[in-house]
Amino acid sequence: MEENQTLKNDNFVVRVWRFYLEGFRSMTLGKTLWAIILIKLFIMFFILRLFFFPNILQKEFDTDEERANAVIENLTNTNNSQQQQSQEL
Amino acid sequence: MNDLFTLVDWSRAQFALTAIYHWLFVPLTLGLGIIVSIMETIYYRTGDERWKTITKYWMTLFGVNFAIGVATGIILEFQFGTNWSNYSWFVGDIFGAPLAIEGIMAFFMEATFIAVMFFGWNKVSKRFHLASTWLTAIGASISALWILVANSWMQYPVGMKFDPETARNVMDDFWALVLSPVAVNKFFHAVSAGWVLGGIFVVGVSAWYLLKNRENFLAKQSIRVGAWVGLVGALVVAYTGDGSAYQVADKQPMKLAAMEGVYHGKEGQELIAFGILNPAKEFNNNEKEFLFDIPIPKLLSILATRQVDGFVPGINDIIDGGYPDKNLKGEEIIALSAQEKMERGRLAIAALADFNTARQNNDTTAMNEARARLDANYEYFGYGYVDSVEQLIPHVPFVFYSFHIMIILGGYFILFFILVLILSYKEKLHNLKWMLWVAILTIPLGYVCLEAGWIVAEMGRQPWVIQDIMPTFAAISKIEVASVQTTFWLFAALFTILLIAEVGIMLKQIKKGTEKK
Repeated sequence: MEENQTLKNDNFVVRVWRFYLEGFRSMTLGKTLWAIILIKLFIMFFILRLFFFPNILQKEFDTDEERANAVIENLTNTNNSQQQQSQEL
Repeated sequence: MNDLFTLVDWSRAQFALTAIYHWLFVPLTLGLGIIVSIMETIYYRTGDERWKTITKYWMTLFGVNFAIGVATGIILEFQFGTNWSNYSWFVGDIFGAPLAIEGIMAFFMEATFIAVMFFGWNKVSKRFHLASTWLTAIGASISALWILVANSWMQYPVGMKFDPETARNVMDDFWALVLSPVAVNKFFHAVSAGWVLGGIFVVGVSAWYLLKNRENFLAKQSIRVGAWVGLVGALVVAYTGDGSAYQVADKQPMKLAAMEGVYHGKEGQELIAFGILNPAKEFNNNEKEFLFDIPIPKLLSILATRQVDGFVPGINDIIDGGYPDKNLKGEEIIALSAQEKMERGRLAIAALADFNTARQNNDTTAMNEARARLDANYEYFGYGYVDSVEQLIPHVPFVFYSFHIMIILGGYFILFFILVLILSYKEKLHNLKWMLWVAILTIPLGYVCLEAGWIVAEMGRQPWVIQDIMPTFAAISKIEVASVQTTFWLFAALFTILLIAEVGIMLKQIKKGTEKK
């Protein structure tokens, strides 16, 4: 009762903060699920994204004009961009 | 060349693996979201605390599926930038805009209201809580909308203009993109398929409780809600599936030909209700199409053209051309042969090269001339990369069998839900052990059906990553095949662990039931 009164007296931001805080604190299964979500996001963004999935065009070229020219070269050199690739491989 | 196709194949396999795993989680979220909302609505209207228990129980399973599946689709976006850099540059803001909207919508709608849904019992009013549950379910569907809009554009590229200076397609009509008939059908088809899976899941899990003689009230009531949602979903799936097939016939005739194993089209084309393809059949030999088939006369013509004697082209007709067709603007034309389209595609590619040479030389006249040639041939741009007509034919057995598995299971689900509802209202279901087992065993069939649907949509459009504009082998990045192989296995491991976690936690919660937490 006292706690509800305190909640009502607080401003909106504080009430929202407390809502989430109490929600997270009272979780049971939710704690496991949040752990899974956080581990998954860590693997995705800090391992896969950083080490295995660079944006090729962003990495290799500095400007959009250079990127556009590279793609145009790939698209128009139709012997194909395919043959180049097989040589590189 | 073999190495090249190894790279393309591995990149495609990686994308397929990610999409297939992602699509295990998404439809259950869509379906359970609606079912939980309906259950809470009943609680809100009746005030019966037992319905609150039922709602909270299914909400927990919804939460498990949501948590395990959330963000798995982001990996697809990683792959665009790394494996498919030509493609991701070429599609420009057309793909970026819907995905950005999806991200923002998903964050604000789902992340906000899902917190109220789980944390808000007894803290917010019943009405606000109910609204939050519905908004979570609706938010999930709206998120799916933007992904499906982006996918539909790849199947039917509209609402854009190609900029030869930047090599990007620029959106010039947002609403043409969002309201394209392919996107509208695909959205309702995919979302209602989620309702079907949600219904199957709820009925199946509830059937297990009835077999164990546990949670009887929850199980009996949940079966009714699940079966109604599933039945409505299955009927919407059937209706929008018909709409989708009509759009495929119009915009991707090769996909339709593969779905039905049609090599030589005709007026009054039959639909193959069931068939076994002849493995020896190729588009350029005279072998029979089927070793065994059960055709339904004229039905494919009716479904594909809305006319009893409408002409449905087969694979050979599409390769040879010469039949009445429509272009992208809907104008009546005589279909070009594959060879003619390949010529037009090469002209378009040459025009793009000439345009950029002229641009570097500041030759405006030559630029305008090249631009005119490019515009005149752009709709066949992708054909310029094709070396032989065989490359234009998708893997027929894969598409044919996936399509027929989907259709047969879809029909089965309608009958299943009707039977479950009849038995449930007659209060006989809980005594029929065999039927309860059928309900449990239908759960994996639901997943098989939904995955088969995606295989039809995505394998059927090969070789195109963007229909007629860009084939998969022109979309690929110049990267080491070994790196794609490595990440393929990393994903396989990651997703398998997630799936094991999902199944493990789900089973634990199901066994636990509604015992006081």
